[in-house]
Amino acid sequence: MKNICFYFQIHQPLRLKKYRFFQIGQDHYYYDDFHTEEKIRVLAEQSYLPANRIIADMIRSSNGKFKCAFSISGVALEQLEQYAPDVIDSFRELMKTGSIEFLTEPYGHSLASVFDADEFEMQVNMHADKIENLFGKRPTTLRNTELIYSDEIGETIAKMGFKTVLIEEAKHVMGWKSPNFVYSHAYLNKLKLLVRNNKLSEDIFMRFSSPSWEDYPLTAEKFIGWIASAPSEEKIFNIWMGYESLGVVQRPESGIFDFMKAIPYHAMEHQIGFALPGEIAKKNEATGSLLVTFPTSWWGHEKDLSPWNGNDLQYEALEKLYNISVRVRMCNDKPLLRDWLMLQTSDHFRYMSHKEAYGSHYESPYEAFVNYMNVLADFLDRVHAQYPSSIENEELNELLKTITHQEKEIATLEGEVKKLKARKIKTSDK
Amino acid sequence: MFGWEFPPHILGGLGTASYGLTRGMAEQEDLELTFVIPKPHGDEDQSFLKIMGACHIPVVWKENSWEHVNHRIGQFMHPDEYFWLRNGIKYDYTRIYTDELGCINFSGRYPDNLIEEISNYEAVASVLAHQVQFDIIHSHDWLTYPAGVFAKHISGKPLVIHVHATDFDRSRGKVNPTVYSIEKRGMDVADHIITVSDLTRRTVIEKYHQDSRKVTTVHNAVEPLPDADAFTKSNRKDKVVTFLGRITMQKGPEYFVEAAHRVLQKTDGVRFVMAGSGDMMNDMIELVAKRGIADRFHFTGFLKGRQVHEMLAESDVYIMPSVSEPFGISPLEAMQVGTPTIISKQSGCAEILTHAIKTDYWDIDAMSDAIYGIVKYPAMYNSLRNLGKEEVNNIKWYDAGLKVRAIYDGVLGH
Repeated sequence: MKNICFYFQIHQPLRLKKYRFFQIGQDHYYYDDFHTEEKIRVLAEQSYLPANRIIADMIRSSNGKFKCAFSISGVALEQLEQYAPDVIDSFRELMKTGSIEFLTEPYGHSLASVFDADEFEMQVNMHADKIENLFGKRPTTLRNTELIYSDEIGETIAKMGFKTVLIEEAKHVMGWKSPNFVYSHAYLNKLKLLVRNNKLSEDIFMRFSSPSWEDYPLTAEKFIGWIASAPSEEKIFNIWMGYESLGVVQRPESGIFDFMKAIPYHAMEHQIGFALPGEIAKKNEATGSLLVTFPTSWWGHEKDLSPWNGNDLQYEALEKLYNISVRVRMCNDKPLLRDWLMLQTSDHFRYMSHKEAYGSHYESPYEAFVNYMNVLADFLDRVHAQYPSSIENEELNELLKTITHQEKEIATLEGEVKKLKARKIKTSDK
Repeated sequence: MFGWEFPPHILGGLGTASYGLTRGMAEQEDLELTFVIPKPHGDEDQSFLKIMGACHIPVVWKENSWEHVNHRIGQFMHPDEYFWLRNGIKYDYTRIYTDELGCINFSGRYPDNLIEEISNYEAVASVLAHQVQFDIIHSHDWLTYPAGVFAKHISGKPLVIHVHATDFDRSRGKVNPTVYSIEKRGMDVADHIITVSDLTRRTVIEKYHQDSRKVTTVHNAVEPLPDADAFTKSNRKDKVVTFLGRITMQKGPEYFVEAAHRVLQKTDGVRFVMAGSGDMMNDMIELVAKRGIADRFHFTGFLKGRQVHEMLAESDVYIMPSVSEPFGISPLEAMQVGTPTIISKQSGCAEILTHAIKTDYWDIDAMSDAIYGIVKYPAMYNSLRNLGKEEVNNIKWYDAGLKVRAIYDGVLGH
């Protein structure tokens, strides 16, 4: 039986405010709350809430046969909690149906997987905790920020105990291979890879309402027909996209919601089912392994890291940021640690791209860069103010360990002294 | 073509643009150019077009011997041509003061009696229109519009006028009515109007009430600098931020001083240079003193020729905060020698540049922030330097020439 695997992404960066250089050292609040709130409210009202209603409807009318997965970045979860708690409630309702799965991802929607494996692990755990707290179930499937994946990152993920990872159908990795199978990591067979079906996904979020497209208008019947007519050994069709595709990218008047609603009926007509990423990996064996030497992502034409790390501006910003990571993790100043997460959000770097700055509110990549670097300069000053920068990281680490273990050690040593004293008394008694 | 300036003796951007455009157009092999200027100096580059001096064209019939003519103007024009042009005198211009050859003495600059000089230039145009064979008349800037208009009326040939600036740019809105009427008449009569930017195009349509179908933008380009790499930066401890141009109201020098003040409050190791001269220079010196930044703010006076490129190459940032700039070629020259530039959004060149920082001319905060960014963050400097250089090297006069040619073909009905 063929299965369709739907997964929707929710992420919004915490937008930085206009931060001039003369604010460095004076102003430690970096965010434009007004625009962040406005954006998330618009998304919630035009996309997340109506789409959630449709999905609840689809689950109900298909007797729970329809299933889909979500991944919501930690940054977005915080915004939803603050500005659109109705969306969180609505997801809790969906969760009760048992037909949806939450995936986990780095909390800050960061590029830590590429630059700092320790940070990556920490952020994933942090995110999994958050999801468990909010929705009561700990995620078992991981999708990295922007579907970034390479053999090396896969290895880190496998070590963390995850069994399934979602990746992009990048032509230079897949070659002639079809995305409609389960694959495995290049040398760790236990880690299964699910690959996005690029064409079918883009048909919905890019082309659905484009009259110049040859298959316009797209109906659920036609769409399911394509899946039904695929070779019978192709079992899994991974249709993944940003959740805002429903209602914002594709407006309600394009008929996108009705299209979605009709999908379960036509699927069942062709004996096509729905599956969650977690189940697929359990039920299916890998058909082969994929070798991914260089990181891939689901953005841009090259499907690589160039949207975030493709020019001099981005190199410098990322280097300055991740150079300080070890030191930041030694700090326990809460506002500082939160800023650290928010400043890692990948969108900040994409806005500095000369070719992929989609959705940027800056007038140019240069403006994005200067604004970010000014904020970062202030942040770095705050990190350096925590501990003197003349001390090396390793030395500092030792010192910190000593301080935290001091109490314990004093206690154990005192115990030993007592023992020795007692023994001495004994021996002297003899 | 009627022009007012031609290198090497130039007073402003008009001469540079005239040279670049004609050079780019001369690459089209089926195009022959004659360029009329009030007063040539004899050292103009005539390898790709013919230069005629209005001061050597007779407007009043005078009898002279071949030898005398040869002696007087032989180095500029063949005496036979003088006698041939003399046959084109159809009107009585004895009211104009002429020399013994019947020619008018032009200053070729921007004298106080500019309006008179413009109308004298018109008289010369009438002689040319009667005698010379041509297909199209092309007038550069308002000084030559009357000449173009008269030539069109005489010859019946189409007139294209090239708007390098309008009086709205020069006066920050306080327009001189005489100048405006000359400009407006030129535009009304023209068969087509070329503007150097969309900004100017809008001014022409909105303020001069022209039909938008008749107005086309052809952005300026920049002459390649063959020895761009010869200009190097000397080793300095301090970063240099430069303003270069006429120190006048139009160029917004006071915003530069205020931005410098902002930057210097936060950081040292930066010096500011104001190169050029103009009627606001003394005010600026005073403002610098008032802000207490005179130890870090320097004035060079007027620079020309190679000095300009040397100054640009020595700078770490070039800034042009013009209040209204029809095009503005100097940022392109700065980018040629690899200097990152900050330009105002009110400049025409902002329309074609990607790798330059654009701010509003009044936005001192944004401007100082950009200066700080380029000076403090090496990636910013390097990106603007390398990508900017690459970008500007692809802006070619040849392409601008082709656009002008398409307009010619249009008005000729080809």
